[in-house]
Amino acid sequence: MADLVYARLVGARLRSQLVYRASFTIDFLTQIIAQCTELVVILVLFDRIDALGGFTRDEVVLMYAFAGAAFGVADLFAGQLDNLPTYIRTGSFDVLLMRPLGTLPQIMCTDIRLRRIGRIAGALGAMGYALAHVTVEWTPAKVVLAVLTPVAGAVIFSAVWVVACSVCFWIVEGREFANAVTYGGNSFTSYPINVYSRPLRWLMAFVVPGAFVAYYPSLTLLGKQDPLGFPGWTGWTSPLVAVLAAGVAGLVWRFAVRHYRGTGS
Amino acid sequence: MIEVRELRREFKVATSKGLRRRYKTVTAVDDVTFGVEAGEAVGYVGPNGAGKSTTIKMLTGILVPTSGHVRVNGVDPSRQRRDLARRIGVVFGQRSQLWWDLPLRDSFDLLRSIYRVPAADHRDRLDECVELLGLRGFLATPVRQLSLGQRMRGEITAALLHAPELLVLDEPTIGLDLESKERLREFLADINARRGTTLLLTTHDLDDIERLCPRLMVIDHGRVLADGPLDELRAEVTPERELVIDLREPGPPPDVPGVTAVRSEANGLRHHLTFRRVETTAAQLITRVVSRVEVHDLAVVEPQIDDVIRKLYQRQAGQARASVES
Repeated sequence: MADLVYARLVGARLRSQLVYRASFTIDFLTQIIAQCTELVVILVLFDRIDALGGFTRDEVVLMYAFAGAAFGVADLFAGQLDNLPTYIRTGSFDVLLMRPLGTLPQIMCTDIRLRRIGRIAGALGAMGYALAHVTVEWTPAKVVLAVLTPVAGAVIFSAVWVVACSVCFWIVEGREFANAVTYGGNSFTSYPINVYSRPLRWLMAFVVPGAFVAYYPSLTLLGKQDPLGFPGWTGWTSPLVAVLAAGVAGLVWRFAVRHYRGTGS
Repeated sequence: MIEVRELRREFKVATSKGLRRRYKTVTAVDDVTFGVEAGEAVGYVGPNGAGKSTTIKMLTGILVPTSGHVRVNGVDPSRQRRDLARRIGVVFGQRSQLWWDLPLRDSFDLLRSIYRVPAADHRDRLDECVELLGLRGFLATPVRQLSLGQRMRGEITAALLHAPELLVLDEPTIGLDLESKERLREFLADINARRGTTLLLTTHDLDDIERLCPRLMVIDHGRVLADGPLDELRAEVTPERELVIDLREPGPPPDVPGVTAVRSEANGLRHHLTFRRVETTAAQLITRVVSRVEVHDLAVVEPQIDDVIRKLYQRQAGQARASVES
């Protein structure tokens, strides 16, 4: 029953966005182009080198595609949390609190950025290409993993988004910080993590579980050893990490909203 | 319906802009106690920053009180926010709960899902509001294209579709033209009388109070200065009324007993005679006046509600000074 409410909220949001057809089309195309630009960077890079951190071009494209799809879906649902400072400043957040629904699902459903579908489309295209060109010994389990990876990645990214944006309840202009973590996380996860320096690697792989978005699942799919020495099954844990991340994000959000209602204006 | 005891809410406000921040505690609502019975219509007034909105946010569960006791509909608002949300309606004059880009009708449909209102009930209630508030002409118009008056009628409908027992309105008539205001007041008075919906409204427009609220609560600096029927407050705070007389010929003001002050204008053609309502009735005074001078026209002027409230503020300030001095 409650789920139906959210489905209807999403539907309303989609109808709202289609009101501005021209703007929607332009945004949609822009997002595809933005996503492809990042791909071009990888292709140019591999024009000069043969391998990056021990990975071939197509393998890196696979990681990039997983990360891109995950980020795109997360952006679709959680990206509007970037507007949280506006919600707080204008009192729209109070309107959400007046309704008999949770605040987080309300923001996620009522403000979906449909144009982000362009980004997802771009990433899915790259994923199709990469999967066709890398060598994978396919098993049923690996098929499941390949399907689950973008989903788990989207949940992980969304969780990161929620946690980062919760900062805005304390610092109203906390958006810059949040964007550094979310958009920065996207760039990070598009490449094999062993190319980064150790502190950054640890921060972005395990504090923010970015390495589980694309890197470890890709290793497992490709049947490759982790140059950093993590066991081969690490890639299978991504969905679990996603569930954990979502749980933590839910708690952080609750804590943040409690803080807002305790000292908000 | 509403039960509030020693309700208090403090905010920490940063005072210095340097690297080391200092905070000072500001008390927005200072041990407020009041109760509202089911079916009442209460006006909650006070200057900007008096604590009205903070009180309302605590009553609706948006803010958690620093201390004190609140029950709305038997529910603790801050703990059972969602339960309460199903049973009260809230209208903020300056923020919308409608879907900006969608036709007004779609917002009502969505709210029906959010509040889980059975379809038949929804239809009946919506039809009633459409009828009484005259929404028919713009149900299919996107909300962003509505005039402010139309949008407010939509907002009030939105808040009533789940048949709340209590309707809280934060400055519902702000920015509306006279006709729209009057229409809203009429509607609110009607649902209060007919459905028994309890009303609590904050306003700066004192005509709202005059038309809608038999009971008035005045708040300033987080404290309730006065609470009671408007008429009683008026009698208590402004014991004086005014008789305005226009003479046939210019002349000095008539010297009659009971008049405490006189102000003349238009070269003695018009006189304002002040008298105390407990000592002299308007009828007595009029009889005395017309027996002495030839009167062309006359009117009894009640003090405006603004005067009542201004006097209340002054009295409070006076008391505060007295308590500092003693």
